Amino acid sequence: MIDISPSVMQFLLAFMLAAPLLGAVAALLPAPPGLKGRSPEQAVLRHGVTVTGVVLAAAIALTLGFDHDAPSRFQATTDISWIPALDVRIHLGVDGISLPLLLMTALLFFLCALYSYFKLPAGPSPKAFVALLLVLESGTLATFAVLDLLLFFLAFEMVLIPMYFLIARWGGAQRQAAAWKFILYTLLGSVVMLLGLLLIGVTADTFDMVALASDNGRELSRTTQLLAVLAIGIGLAVKTPMWPLHSWLPDAHTAAPTVGSVLLAGVLLKMGTYGFVRILLPVTPDGMATFAPYLGAFAVVGIVYGSLACLALARKGNKGDLKRLIAYSSVGHMGFVLLGIASMTPTGVNGALFANIAHGLITGLLFFLVGALKDRYGTADLDTLAGATGAALYGRAPRFGALLAFAAVASLGLPGLAGFWGEMLALFGAFDPAEGLPRAAFLTYTAVGAFGTLLTAAYLLVVVRRVCMGDPKAGPEPAVADVHRYEFAAWTPLVALTVLAGLWPALLLGLTDPAVQQLLAGGNS
Amino acid sequence: MTALTVLAAETPSLVQSVDWLAIAPVVITAVVGLAVLVADLFVAERHKPVLGWISVAGLAAATATLIPLRAGDRSTFCLTADPEACSYTVDHFTVVVQFLVLAGALLTALLSVTAVRDTRMPAGEYWFLLLSSAAGAALLPASRDLATLIVALEVASLPAFALVGMRRGDRLSSEAALKFFLSSVTATAVSLMGVSFVYAVTGSLHLTQVADRLEDVPGQFDTLAMAGVALTLVGFAFKTAAVPFHFWVPDTYVGAPLPIAGYLSVIGKAVGFTGLILVTVIAFPAYSQIWGPAIAVLAALTMTLGNAAAVRQSADRPNSAVRLLAWSSVGQAGYLLVPIAAAAYSERDQIGSTLAYALMYAAVNLGAFAVAALVARTKPLHRISDYRGLYAERPLAALSLAFFLLCLAGLPPGIIGLFAKVTVFQSAVDAGLGWLAVLMAVNVVIALYYYLRWTALLFRAPEGAEAVEGAPARTKAPWPVAAAIVATAITAVVLSGAPQLVLRVASGSLFTQ
Repeated sequence: MIDISPSVMQFLLAFMLAAPLLGAVAALLPAPPGLKGRSPEQAVLRHGVTVTGVVLAAAIALTLGFDHDAPSRFQATTDISWIPALDVRIHLGVDGISLPLLLMTALLFFLCALYSYFKLPAGPSPKAFVALLLVLESGTLATFAVLDLLLFFLAFEMVLIPMYFLIARWGGAQRQAAAWKFILYTLLGSVVMLLGLLLIGVTADTFDMVALASDNGRELSRTTQLLAVLAIGIGLAVKTPMWPLHSWLPDAHTAAPTVGSVLLAGVLLKMGTYGFVRILLPVTPDGMATFAPYLGAFAVVGIVYGSLACLALARKGNKGDLKRLIAYSSVGHMGFVLLGIASMTPTGVNGALFANIAHGLITGLLFFLVGALKDRYGTADLDTLAGATGAALYGRAPRFGALLAFAAVASLGLPGLAGFWGEMLALFGAFDPAEGLPRAAFLTYTAVGAFGTLLTAAYLLVVVRRVCMGDPKAGPEPAVADVHRYEFAAWTPLVALTVLAGLWPALLLGLTDPAVQQLLAGGNS
Repeated sequence: MTALTVLAAETPSLVQSVDWLAIAPVVITAVVGLAVLVADLFVAERHKPVLGWISVAGLAAATATLIPLRAGDRSTFCLTADPEACSYTVDHFTVVVQFLVLAGALLTALLSVTAVRDTRMPAGEYWFLLLSSAAGAALLPASRDLATLIVALEVASLPAFALVGMRRGDRLSSEAALKFFLSSVTATAVSLMGVSFVYAVTGSLHLTQVADRLEDVPGQFDTLAMAGVALTLVGFAFKTAAVPFHFWVPDTYVGAPLPIAGYLSVIGKAVGFTGLILVTVIAFPAYSQIWGPAIAVLAALTMTLGNAAAVRQSADRPNSAVRLLAWSSVGQAGYLLVPIAAAAYSERDQIGSTLAYALMYAAVNLGAFAVAALVARTKPLHRISDYRGLYAERPLAALSLAFFLLCLAGLPPGIIGLFAKVTVFQSAVDAGLGWLAVLMAVNVVIALYYYLRWTALLFRAPEGAEAVEGAPARTKAPWPVAAAIVATAITAVVLSGAPQLVLRVASGSLFTQ
């Protein structure tokens, strides 16, 4: 939109990856004079807000400088040799697919840092908290910005350790077990993924994603592609998570602190689906086409399974935990994303990318809200919250209740809000899948997926009824604080973007579509 | 008189020329060792620590002499009749391994300074034995004939037996030394037998000549030559602690003083590997169809058994930390063997991956032993559970150990560990050893379990409140140990940022001949 010179763009992108790392180191050092703040805790938390804020500013500048007329071209690219012995290069760049994800990641991290500034989760020193948060940010941003398979793996792994500690040190009940489960699942998945990446790299003689993508799998034999898709797919599917590899997610979400849940759902899960789109679709199209029907099947099972699990948790007397419920709803939503990818059509993949962003915004908001609810009531147990008639948030904390209802209806895919377009496009894509995919199977998936949206609507409405409605005078609970100012500050951007993306989807689709078209066509377009 | 001059002109002189700079790293180490032994007689008891510092300085000087040798183009002790056949060659392979050995010995010496003082080991003997062993280990990569090779191997090993038994009055220590000695001597005897067979077939001890003459062995000697090749390998496989020659490792490590255990796990292994590489790749390429599969199988068994045993170590048993490191070093030896096996199937430059991996492993494993030495000062039981909450007590030591363990596991942020594994993996794939590559991947996953469990333990909250209350005042880390930890940690971090420093060894040719 505005003309920024290429070298500045290059710097901006590299800065976005390096700044959080430097900030993490700085967070561990004592504050310099003049920046001491009221107390060491306050100083370091403010440091976190500053660094994530600067990164967000860089991301916005990058978006403004991005040539929106050529979103399929990689921009702000850096390409320098790192390890010549293995032909690993530091190759960075953004296109229409990664730009929205980068922006959303930077935004969510900033909001999380802002939220923690006022509401630090209980646990050990905030120094380590801020440092881990910043390392996590660097890792997630790097995942979306690197264009080398081994660097992608490094970035993918980089988030594990900070997330482990965020859950294990600042989490709630059962946090050790949940953190251990999280790291074991994702590690096993990523080791398998590394094997697949090495297989591609060694046989094609390059780890460069751009070269591999424009080659479109012509250098790779069918067997290689099948093995690679299987290995990489398992690694990514664990992260996404795809049913039946999802079982680490509900535990991790339930135990994680609010900020951890928001980032886990909003950013970390996207790394899995991004890998599918960035690596598997263009590099191994034949292998992907073979496995697409199975991927689609697992995706719709995930949709229905997630929704049924949520329905069960939402029922009265089941002692359902709200955080766990939102976690299961993530399994369902990510099912739509996977279904869109499995269709291998521009429509479906665009839908998947849209749903990715929408899920990040909406579920991020939901986790913020549920976390705040848990802070107010001391529990996220739905039965305890609702009591006999319902928690009556409309009556007790009207703004809070309205926000929760808004997030819930956005999540169920109300037209006009962000949640709608992605899932609809994904279903459209599955209705008319790419050539060579079994149409009948995908028609079934479309039907089952559509039924899944109904189930989603059902459990979210049940949640809204039990949490927001009810008799305000019936419960014994003390008065509930309405939305605080800092909570408004952290949540409003998410609400605004949800509405914006819902009313003006072309904003996002205009970016992703050309890039997706080129991705699916390889070097042919 | 004239007749004699004429005779001398006609028959080439038997006196070989000596390139003193080329052999300086070995000679300096050996001479300093002898000097320390003699000085021990004249130095008063309270001045004994001086001996340690002389040794450290000697090792540092020996390491420094590698700088002018880095071009890697010298040979000495060549046959006057055949200047191509030399007994001592300084090529890139030699320089890299000598650097590994001498720098490793230097770190061991740093760790030993406090250990010798605290446990009241006889200083003169200790330093003499350590330097002699290091001199042998430094001689080994340069030797290019079978006799020098065996002599170097023994010079490196014999002092090590004594070092293992150095803890006076400790039954475990003497038992470990005896076990180590008996099994090692048997292996050497077998090796010598193999060498004699090879000599019988080829009539030469020089590796290059052996290689040439093994190309066309007369039919009736073929079996003898094969037996010779196989038996020679056994001795070196023993030193690398490859399964099934590994059983001495855990007991020896536990019985030995901690710095010596670290020394054995790194330099002891390097000795075995360089010997194995020299005999297989330089001397016996003609019989690669024999040793190739054999080493591949050894590699598979070694990594699998080592990792399986390491997983089974329970955290509360005494010495479990040292045992875990011992078994994990057996597992790591398996990875080190993979490129040697791969060299049998493709070209010999594959072994560069072994060297790259060994360099990474040396820095990281010595670092882990250094932290273990630090922890053992307050908690002498060497239990893994002693490491619980180390982060709260000694944050830098805990972070370093975590980094070392992650490098050993091959997990980011231990990037150098990951990429070293990738080069090894790549060499297996290039050589068409797909099954070995898959097995290695499985082993890496198994190893993740025990490395991560230990890493996670470092950051747990310390046990109970009583630990906080009755905690003894934190003892200050002795600075030589701290220096060793810092040096290895910086090496590991720098290598993770610029893996090319080590990995370039893996690409390109190492041998001049």
